[in-house]
Amino acid sequence: MTPPLELDGAGRRVQGRDIVADVSLSLQPGEMLGLIGPNGSGKSTLLNLMAGLMRPCRGEVRLNGQPMARLRRRQIAQRLALVAQSADTGDRITVREAVELGRTPWLDPLRPWSPRDDAAVAAALKAVDMAHMAARDWSSLSGGERQRAHIARAHAQSPQILLLDEPTNHLDIHHQLGILDLVAGLGTTTVIALHDLHHALRCDRVLVMQAGRCVALGPPAETLTPALIREIFAIEAELILHPGGARPVFAFQRLS
Amino acid sequence: MRMRAAAPGMARAGGRGMGRGWGWLWLAPAVLVAALFFGTAVGETRIPLATVIEVLAVKAGLSSAALDPIDASVIWHYRLSRAVVAACGGASLALSGLILQALLRNPLAEPYLLGISAGASTGAVLIAVAGVGGGLVGMSAGAFAGALTAFALVAGLAHAAGGGSGLRGAGVIILAGIAGSQMFNALTALIIAQSASAEQARGIMFWLLGNLSGVRWPDTGLALPVAALGLAVTLWHARALDAFTFGAEAAAALGIDLRRTQAVLIGTAALVTAVMVSIAGAIGFVGLVVPHAMRFLVGTRHARLVPATALAGAVFLVLSDVVSRIVIPGQVLPIGVITALVGAPAFAVVMVRGRQR
Repeated sequence: MTPPLELDGAGRRVQGRDIVADVSLSLQPGEMLGLIGPNGSGKSTLLNLMAGLMRPCRGEVRLNGQPMARLRRRQIAQRLALVAQSADTGDRITVREAVELGRTPWLDPLRPWSPRDDAAVAAALKAVDMAHMAARDWSSLSGGERQRAHIARAHAQSPQILLLDEPTNHLDIHHQLGILDLVAGLGTTTVIALHDLHHALRCDRVLVMQAGRCVALGPPAETLTPALIREIFAIEAELILHPGGARPVFAFQRLS
Repeated sequence: MRMRAAAPGMARAGGRGMGRGWGWLWLAPAVLVAALFFGTAVGETRIPLATVIEVLAVKAGLSSAALDPIDASVIWHYRLSRAVVAACGGASLALSGLILQALLRNPLAEPYLLGISAGASTGAVLIAVAGVGGGLVGMSAGAFAGALTAFALVAGLAHAAGGGSGLRGAGVIILAGIAGSQMFNALTALIIAQSASAEQARGIMFWLLGNLSGVRWPDTGLALPVAALGLAVTLWHARALDAFTFGAEAAAALGIDLRRTQAVLIGTAALVTAVMVSIAGAIGFVGLVVPHAMRFLVGTRHARLVPATALAGAVFLVLSDVVSRIVIPGQVLPIGVITALVGAPAFAVVMVRGRQR
């Protein structure tokens, strides 16, 4: 079966420096893949390569087996949605109008808005539990609400793949977990860049980046070993099994 | 930019969703026709509306009433052609401002403030004094080249100076626009001083201030199709303009082909501005005032905003032209003076509201 998204030795160089180098990956349908790595390790660039917003200088990115470079932007946006970091607007729009933008790749002047689009928007608002806020002004939303509205916009795009760039940034712990549960509940194949290693434990697999390279890929509990964390983040950490049998927890001791 | 509607429900009257709730637009032709009648009836000498209608009926072949030849001539050759060009120009400049504001994510973007009008003036004057010929079309082509050059220079300068979106970025690009305007206006003055005769120079200087006095019917042959083309292209891209709500990268992620869309829309903004500048000189602030006023009334979605802006721009410039003819009895002010009197305070309001965000 063709994987929904494939990277084959993908790399990007800017001014002679490798931002992302030689990343190969085959996304599995329905999985949630966490991107982990220090600041500047290339997570955002890798997401942009996956989203087709940047072209790889080397290697290839394939969407359903088709080289991304040969697809039109519109075809890509029908299959793949991106929630970027800190996208904001000064326009006086409502939540519903923001979510309706997600239908853009499915519409053109000859294919106008239809009840199907209404249904997609309603479903997306419901999925993020914001149906009751549809008429609210964007500027009146809190950070967590904006992030949920962005996810609803991406969901309204009816994508097979959802890419999220640090969606839990600047949110309190309640809203962080809320966003993660929400994304997991959508059931879409997801790639999510994360900073919090505990959040990463909730993913099906994690891809660990360092200086633009993929240094580990696999199930989080097996991949995020104390040795790897020392190497990547330069801290001493222990992985402690939770007495209740739930996910293990990290105990971060000190800088190494 | 942040404008709170007094009645938020008003903005979405008639339905939700992109592209719906614009049944009120059927009013548009009526409003436009009323403005044109008004623009034709009012002037240095007031002509009764009945006479205006009579003259138009005869010209349209619907009536064969005997006309006062002076009234008929004033109405037909001077006022109506002038009002039609004013309407086309107002729609063009307002759409140009709307496009620039959406694509640059900048509430202060406008062809005049960004130096695009100044660049178009330089291009048009260069063609005029060079005597290449081609008349209005030749001048418009020169103006188009000048407008594109000016935009490229100003956008490049703003980019180099680190302008992004937001009010700081807005400030940077307006500063770049001032630099561009000054440079192109200086170039224009230089070209005129170098090459034009005294009489030519006087004519050009008057035109540069933004003036509809010299407008006659042949001008509508260019103004009307170009304004219609500008409206059609902008309407066709209404959804693409919406997609820029969260910035260019978000638009690309929504399936917008950035390079093609930006080229087509910036080209359209430059073209309609250039044609208007070749006909009537650089008229400022229309592209700033009208889109903001319309966002206030119909909301920010372009399926409604584009036609509303075109209509309001047309009406605004026709009325500004009327005011320019009657505000000082016996004297016609350049129309640019009137639009600036309305526009400069509007600029201040947009700036202050942007800061309050």
